[in-house]
Amino acid sequence: MLQDKDRIFTNLYGEHPWGLEGAEARGVWDGTKAMVDLGRDRIIELVKESQLRGRGGAGFPAGLKWSFMPKQSTGRPAYLVVNADESEPGSCKDREILRNDPHRLLEGCLVAGFAMGASACYIYIRGEYYLEATRVEAAIEQAYAAGRIGKNACGTGYDFDIFLHRGAGAYICGEETALLESLEGKKGQPRLKPPFPAACGLYGCPTTINNVETIAVVPEILRRGVDWWLSLGRPNNTGTKIFSVSGHVNKPCNVEEEMGIPLKELIEKHAGGVTGGWDNLLAVIPGGSSVPCLPADTCGSILMDFDSLRDAKSGLGTAAVIVMNKQTDIVDAICRLSHFYMHESCGQCTPCREGTGWMYRVMTRLVKGEARIEEIDNLLDVTYQVEGHTICALGDAAAWPIQGLMRHFRGVVEQRILERQKHGQAAE
Amino acid sequence: MKVTTYPAGDYGDFAFSDETRAKAEAVIARYPQGREASATIALLDLAQRENGGWLSRQAIDYVAAFLGLAPIRVYEVASFYSMFYLEPVGKHLIQVCRTTPCWLRGSDALTDACKKKLGVGLREVTEDGTYSVVEVECLGACANAPMVQINDDYYEDLTPERLEAIIDDLRDGNAVPVGSQSGRMTSAPEGGPETLREVPARELGSGLAVKPAAEES
Repeated sequence: MLQDKDRIFTNLYGEHPWGLEGAEARGVWDGTKAMVDLGRDRIIELVKESQLRGRGGAGFPAGLKWSFMPKQSTGRPAYLVVNADESEPGSCKDREILRNDPHRLLEGCLVAGFAMGASACYIYIRGEYYLEATRVEAAIEQAYAAGRIGKNACGTGYDFDIFLHRGAGAYICGEETALLESLEGKKGQPRLKPPFPAACGLYGCPTTINNVETIAVVPEILRRGVDWWLSLGRPNNTGTKIFSVSGHVNKPCNVEEEMGIPLKELIEKHAGGVTGGWDNLLAVIPGGSSVPCLPADTCGSILMDFDSLRDAKSGLGTAAVIVMNKQTDIVDAICRLSHFYMHESCGQCTPCREGTGWMYRVMTRLVKGEARIEEIDNLLDVTYQVEGHTICALGDAAAWPIQGLMRHFRGVVEQRILERQKHGQAAE
Repeated sequence: MKVTTYPAGDYGDFAFSDETRAKAEAVIARYPQGREASATIALLDLAQRENGGWLSRQAIDYVAAFLGLAPIRVYEVASFYSMFYLEPVGKHLIQVCRTTPCWLRGSDALTDACKKKLGVGLREVTEDGTYSVVEVECLGACANAPMVQINDDYYEDLTPERLEAIIDDLRDGNAVPVGSQSGRMTSAPEGGPETLREVPARELGSGLAVKPAAEES
């Protein structure tokens, strides 16, 4: 178990003041000038050495992402955009950073923004997070007033602005190019890549988009050292991570833990155990709604990191652990997710626009068993036709939960159809 | 996919108050010159607040004119995002989170309680105009499920009974605490956090552990 001394988010639960003074007492804004003085190349080198992987779902190496930004000024501004559009079902970790420790994020923005040669940063926060937006906005004002950002930020000679931008309710805006469209005042529909944002992003300028948690941990890695960060987790899956545990546990919570903590330990030590006991566990969705579920027998030994979960044909995603016990109708649980993706499809690509609705409608019949056995394969076939055939990953995200359901719980679905048929015949 | 209809009827002209106008101009100033369109969402939000929680055609047209945009550019934004309402809503808009993490912990019972108590269906407004209820997708407070958002505020760790009491209190103008309704501290485990009990005090000003150049090895 991670020790308190190694925890970065020491105000995760908002026990202490969120403002500048409180943040400074927690070590935020300590040595920030020295970080900038390291120089762009050195910061990126250190972040690469730390093997920090993006915390927004895809797990892309952060230092590598930053290195795609132009080394020499192109004459156009360059931007850092922070993705605070936390909307992945199960995920509620960035919210705690935004409302309880906003300065940690702002400090990260300055350091990361400097490293990638950005002149300004936009923090795109989901519209529903009203309180959180108010906090971040107040923190930005404090940071300007104290000279931490703005002209000659932290006395470094570097000018850096941070602006807040509120969304208005659209899961798809968590996809980085849809987020850029939304930031430009349009519908949030993803862009084709290439060109990639590092070449042509916000307003056509070089842009890097990072998750809140990714940015917020960077200053602490530089303060405490790359070796410290590497000592946590295992190679390629390093450091700490905030896990959100929801669903059928006795004590749902957010908690910062070491990357690679066993799932069972996470649930039992921090979330008070599965409702009804570990033996009452049915399945876990380990990384937010977009990743396939894991059946109970896998959950006892699986480690919570990118590579372990990928090897188990699932994913760490945003580390949002949705626990379901044996009283759950798993078909209905996944059907709800199908409804979510249908609702959130932006409508741009036909396989997703049509497919998500189609998958949802078949799922609603499977919940009741009103289907033929062949339709399961038919449904799976459609998921494969949607997966990989859309501009963004929402199509994949809509397909995977159903594929996970059929991989591990096909028997349940078949059983329900057969029972329904039996009852139907009896009724005739 | 959502089907957009605009209510018939004359809802009168719309214009920002001086105060809202100042806020709108402050938002526009966040974006580079020539990129005023970036403020579309923020201005629609301001307009919606000033217009009783929904956007009339007049309000949308006003925002378009304010930003110098073709009206269609603003209509397509207004109809894309779920937080914009294109029909009148109640003074208190209850948004029940329906997605799986909330559903696992009883969100259906919250929706039913709202409907029963208020005597309305989803997307309907009570006769006195105080309430309307909608179901929304994940609001990002899954560790505090089930939960609802009423206007700007989150009410978490709910039971149907507690939600009914909140409905009464808000209608009567009584103060209701926002956030967790079970007395929990934010998203810490029930009964209080077990981590972060032994955080050592930080020694400030001790410099960085990393070295400036690649000389450390």
